[in-house]
Order: sequence, then C-alpha cells, then structure tokens
Amino acid sequence: MTIEELEQIAKNVRLENSKFDYEVNVCMDLACASQGAGQLRDALAKAAESAGKKVLIRRTGCMGPCSSGPLVRVDPEETLYRKVNASHGEAIISALGGLPVPELQCDLNEHFGSQVRVVLENAGYIDPEKIDDYIARDGYKALLTVLTEMTPSGVIHRVTESGLRGRGGAGYPTGLKWDTVAKAGGDLKYVVCNGDEGDPGAFMDRSVMEGDPHRVIEGMAIAGYAVGAGKGFIYVRAEYPVAVARLSAALRDARRHGLLGNSICGTPFSFDVEVRLGAGAFVCGEETALIASIEGRRGSPKPRPPYPAVAGLWGKPTLINNVETFANIAPIIRNGGRWFFNMGSERSKGTKVFALTGRITNSGLIEVPLGIKLRKIIEDIGGGVPAGHTFKAVQTGGPSGGCIPAGMLDVGVSYDALMRMGSIMGSGGMIVMDDTSCMVNVARFFVEFCMTESCGKCVPCRAGTAQMYTLLTRIATGAGTMDDLEMLEELCATVKEASLCGLGQTAPNPVLSTLKYFRNEYLEHILHKRCPAGVCTMEAAAEVSA
Amino acid sequence: MSDAVEVKTLIIDERPVSARRGQTILEVAREYGIHIPTLCHLDGLSDVGACRLCLVEIKGSSKLVPACVATVSEGMEVSTNTERLLKIRRTILELLFAERNHICSVCVASGHCELQSLAQELGLTHIRLPYRNPQLPVDASHERFTADHNRCILCTRCVRVCAEVEGAHVWDVMGRGIDCLIISDLHEDWGASTSCTSCGKCVEVCPTGALFNKSKIGSGHPKDPYFLPFLNQMRDAR
Repeated sequence: MTIEELEQIAKNVRLENSKFDYEVNVCMDLACASQGAGQLRDALAKAAESAGKKVLIRRTGCMGPCSSGPLVRVDPEETLYRKVNASHGEAIISALGGLPVPELQCDLNEHFGSQVRVVLENAGYIDPEKIDDYIARDGYKALLTVLTEMTPSGVIHRVTESGLRGRGGAGYPTGLKWDTVAKAGGDLKYVVCNGDEGDPGAFMDRSVMEGDPHRVIEGMAIAGYAVGAGKGFIYVRAEYPVAVARLSAALRDARRHGLLGNSICGTPFSFDVEVRLGAGAFVCGEETALIASIEGRRGSPKPRPPYPAVAGLWGKPTLINNVETFANIAPIIRNGGRWFFNMGSERSKGTKVFALTGRITNSGLIEVPLGIKLRKIIEDIGGGVPAGHTFKAVQTGGPSGGCIPAGMLDVGVSYDALMRMGSIMGSGGMIVMDDTSCMVNVARFFVEFCMTESCGKCVPCRAGTAQMYTLLTRIATGAGTMDDLEMLEELCATVKEASLCGLGQTAPNPVLSTLKYFRNEYLEHILHKRCPAGVCTMEAAAEVSA
Repeated sequence: MSDAVEVKTLIIDERPVSARRGQTILEVAREYGIHIPTLCHLDGLSDVGACRLCLVEIKGSSKLVPACVATVSEGMEVSTNTERLLKIRRTILELLFAERNHICSVCVASGHCELQSLAQELGLTHIRLPYRNPQLPVDASHERFTADHNRCILCTRCVRVCAEVEGAHVWDVMGRGIDCLIISDLHEDWGASTSCTSCGKCVEVCPTGALFNKSKIGSGHPKDPYFLPFLNQMRDAR
C-alpha cells in the first residue's frame, strides 16, 4: 500500500458515493440502537427503495446528543433529525430534496456551535466497519506519511510540539512519555492502548472504539514507529463487546490492506496489534495493574518507579496511552503540532471529549477546546438542568474526581484548574447534579464504588475506603456524629497520602470536594437529622427518636 | 564501569549515609541502625510495598514513598520519623486492627506478634474506628497447621514465601478489596491441598497468629522468619 493506492481507495469511495443523490446517516451507537435505530435503518432502506430514490443509507458511530436519539442526519443538506423511529422512515425519505420534516428536525445550533471535533471528526460520518470509509476521510494517511517521510524522532518532536497531554486523566505530556520509551534501551518494546474505561457515567472511549476504531489503530502504529515497538495491545473491558468486535474487525481489515503486519507498506517497519479483554476490574485501568492483567496475572498495581516506560510488559519498555490520546495522533501528524497547540488553554492544549450526563437537557458526547468555561458546557451545550430545577454541582473525573459547585462555573476547563478546584480532568466523565441530588449520598456512592473496586493490596485503600463508607453510611442514615465527621476527614487524608496507586490516592476526592463546597449538607444530616435534598431516608435517626 | 560499584551519598534523618546504587532506602537505613517500621517486608522475599508502614518523606517531593521499594539517589534527603508519618502509621495500624478480629488475649501469637509489637512501638492505646467484626473461616484441616483468617492482615508473606522460596505456590489471594482472602490451591481446604509440602515456611513468616503450628497452642508461639536470608545465601553459594 502506498499513498497513491490509499488515495485511489478514497477516490473510489467518493465515486461510489456520488452515485447516490442523498446520504442518510443513522446513528447506531448504543443509546440510539437500544431505541430501535436498527429497525429505523431497515424502514429507511425500504422507503427509499419503494420511492425509487437513490439514497445511501449508512450506519454510523455516535453523533453526540444521545438524549435526542435515535438520530438521523441527511447529507448533503446536513439536516439532523431527533427522536426518530421506524414509523418516520417514509416521511424522511419523501422529504428528501424538499423541506425537512418539521416535527423531527433538531435544532442544536447551541449544542454544536461551541464544539470543535478532532477526536470525533469521523463520528457520524463513517461506517465503523468499513475501512474504506475511514480511508476516504484521510485515514491512514498520517501513518503512511510517517513511515515514508519522517524519522521516529521527528514524529516525537511533532507530538511534543502539539502539547498533547494524556487523555486518560493524569495529563502527563504525551511527547515526553514517547521520548522516554524511545530512549529506553532494548530491542523489544510494546505499545499498549488503555481502553479499560470504567468511570461511572463515562463513555468517551467506548464511542471512539466503536465509532472510529481505525483511528485508534493508526495512532498506535504511529506510536510504535516513533518509540521502536513492533507489537501493540489494546486492553478493552469485556463489558464493551461491540468495541471488541469493531476493533477486531478493524484489525483484520487493516492487516488485509497491509497497514498492519510485516513490512508495512514496503517499509522495514513491522507492527501488529492484539486485543486483550479485561475481566471486570476497575483497577486494571491503572497502568501497572493493566500490565499485570495482560501478562495473565492478578490485576493489582505495583509501586512506581520503575515506570512502564522503562520496565513494563514482561519487563520491557512499554508505552501506555489512553484511547483518546491515540485518537489525537493522526490529526496531529496530518495538520502539524502547531495546529493542535493553537487550540486550548495555556497549559492544556487541544480538545477534550466529555461524556455529559446526569441532570442535563442534552446529555451525550461532546468535544470542546480545553479552556472552555464550565458554564458554557452546561448551559449552552448541555442546555442546562431540566426546567424547574436549579443547578447544584458538576462531578468530573469519576470516582477520582470531585464536585464543582455553581459558584465556580466560570472557570475554564483545564487539567490544572480542575485540580485546583479539588477535582481532576479524569477521562472525561461529567455528571451534572441539581437540587434533587444529595451531596452526602453522592460522596457515599463514589466511596462505595472505590471500596468494591479496590484490589485489596494496600491497607489504606482496602480498609480505609471500607471505613469511610461505614462513616458515610452513618451520616447518610442519620446516625452520624461530629466525631464521625472528624474521623472521616482524617481517614481521607491518610487514604489520599498513603495509598499505593491512583485509585486509593484519589478515592477521597469526592468526599473532600463535597466537604469543601457542601459542608452544610453534611452538618444538616448530622446535627438536624435531615437531608436537604430529600434523598437520604435517615432511617437510623427515626429509630433514635422513636 | 564494569565491576565498579556506584556509590551514592544521601541523608537519612539528618545523618549523612552512603549506599550502593540500587539499594533501597530501607536497606540503607537498617545498615545505619535507623529503624523504619515494616510489616509486609521480609528480608529474603520480594517486596510489594503494600502495608505502607515504611512510607518516608523525601525532601522536595510532596509524595510519600515506601522505603522498602524506593531506591536511593544521590543527594536525597530522607525523613523517616516525622509527625506526619507517625500519624499515618498509627492510622494504618488502627485500620488493620479494626479490619478483622485481632483479640490479643486469646491469640496464639500474643507476645510474638509483629502487629502487636508495632502497636506498642507506635504508642497505639485504642482504636477509634468501628470494628468490622467479620465472620471469617478458620481452616484447621491441615494435620500440623491452622489458618485463622480472622487474624490475617493480608501482608502476603505466606503467598510469597511459598511461591518464591518453597516453589510450591499453594497460597494466593482471592477476591478484592475488603473481601480479599488468602486461599490454598483453588480455594480448597489446606489439608486437602495437593501442592502443599507441609514445610511450614508460611507459618514461620506469618507476622500474626493467622498461620500457626497446632502444637504451639497454649505454649506461646514465637516465629522464626529470619532463616530466609540464610537459606537464600546457602542457595546462592551452591
């Protein structure tokens, strides 16, 4: 495969598509598919056939606003229809070439207006199971450019120049990590893609793996060339069967096109990727536990250093990046590091995908330039909390993150700003809460999550989260005392400082941030035995007074 | 560079010390008679950094590091005994005591228990946390030994000595988080284990009364985990 051949494939796809007058894209991501997008697609195909119109009906990955699904977008008009079901098939087809169906038309200018799509540039535009669709949108061009025109250090330089930071949550500079692995000695190195997305309410990586799997593979192959690795692993949680199927199919197609395997495109570079499944342990998203899991051992973390960049899989230098990080690589190579660097805020460059969920009008997947104000995300893109309710907090970073109150919504979203507010960027989950959420209950939920997901290796995380959960349960049921609160704060400090891995070190964040911004709610539970949001049942308090 | 040993100088608790490259902070501290409490560490076994009692402070870093696995570097300034560290160590011990059923007065290891001695050493007088009082099994199926999970602190010394020194790998950890349990073979009775050689190494290295020799009940049960470095040395010499 050469660049010319790649362009020929793209040309063929475009020629094929030009035979149709219209393209009807049906979102077949999980949320839309579960609401009948499959039947909808069949109905559209049938209607198109009986109407005798030349329509290309394409299934695509996630288009974004999941709460408006099932979604259909008609091109070239770019008309977006929301909440479509199979019975609307004929109406949509007969409206082609005329005025759009008014009752289905979706006006989400505000929703899409402030978004910038880099990672999600193909989402909604390609069939994830067709490698040719990906190639037609400049897919694998970056890989071939890298292999034929760039040196490994040139690739690393471009990634460094872009200012890209790890999208898994910690925000480590990607270029620096690549450089470390490249400089590590030895012939045998590995590239690992972390697709063990496990934060409650987070589905960015799933959508990328399901909607645009080749983008991840291309990023990994470029990384393999840059650091000198010949083998890659994608570690995907088994709870994502569609992602596993799509990735496996994509790997097969890439191999058939000579884009993976031995001597890729006639160059001396060989690279292949294997999919490995997680077995339901959240902690395996932690890189040393992930490595242990791939090696076939119990998935528990190890103290670092040595970092995986020096001694990772089977003791060899290993580059571990998150799905979204790899998904950013191809556009950075194509458009240059400067292009990426010019997006975002001072120390957080580029765009970030967020999964916007919870008490919000437009929930779904969004991609915004970093530095954007939280208020813009929640009020403009998300459409605010449901009518009649007031915004209370937004939880970012999953169980490792914290709750940000209304007063801080004008802060720009960046790794550093979120950290200063007691939360973290995390992988990109954003859970919006309104006056119906009790912050004690929220903290208790996340601590329970960490308690059950702790691997049990180190004492502070294993026993500390369990004790924190007990104390929070006492407070949430009305049995809590001020002594309990004091003990809780002391435990938070110990678990945060003394735990072995990131899971334990960040497990107290939901408690600490709610204590910082919503201490009053804790005091109401303890002193007045009442839950201001009316969520906690306070059964223990009733027993005491009875 | 071939055989030359690279020497590092550093400061531990305001004392200048020297160390070979690759040595852990714990090793160097012990050479100089500086005491750092440990529980999961045992000379002769691999280190896992799990109990977090040996955490120390490094000047210029806000992160605490486990002395048993952190290696020395030139000019490093280590503090092993600050108020912050003592507080964390006490809380960790409290967490351990409250996690399972550690009742010293009826424990075969009382007087010879590392958890008990650490509590005394660190001046622990009471446990502020609610006891969890789990109902855990006692496996007395083995002819000579008993495993009482109520006294287990999950330090995994038994797991490591069996896998690394005896080479039998009878023990391993099942489950996760607070529900972790040390199991023999594939969660079978210890007495029914086909891989156990009944060597008793796990009993000797167990820091508490979780693993004990039945013949020692009522007579006090001192343990001898100090044979390991000697054993390793003899093996290396062979």
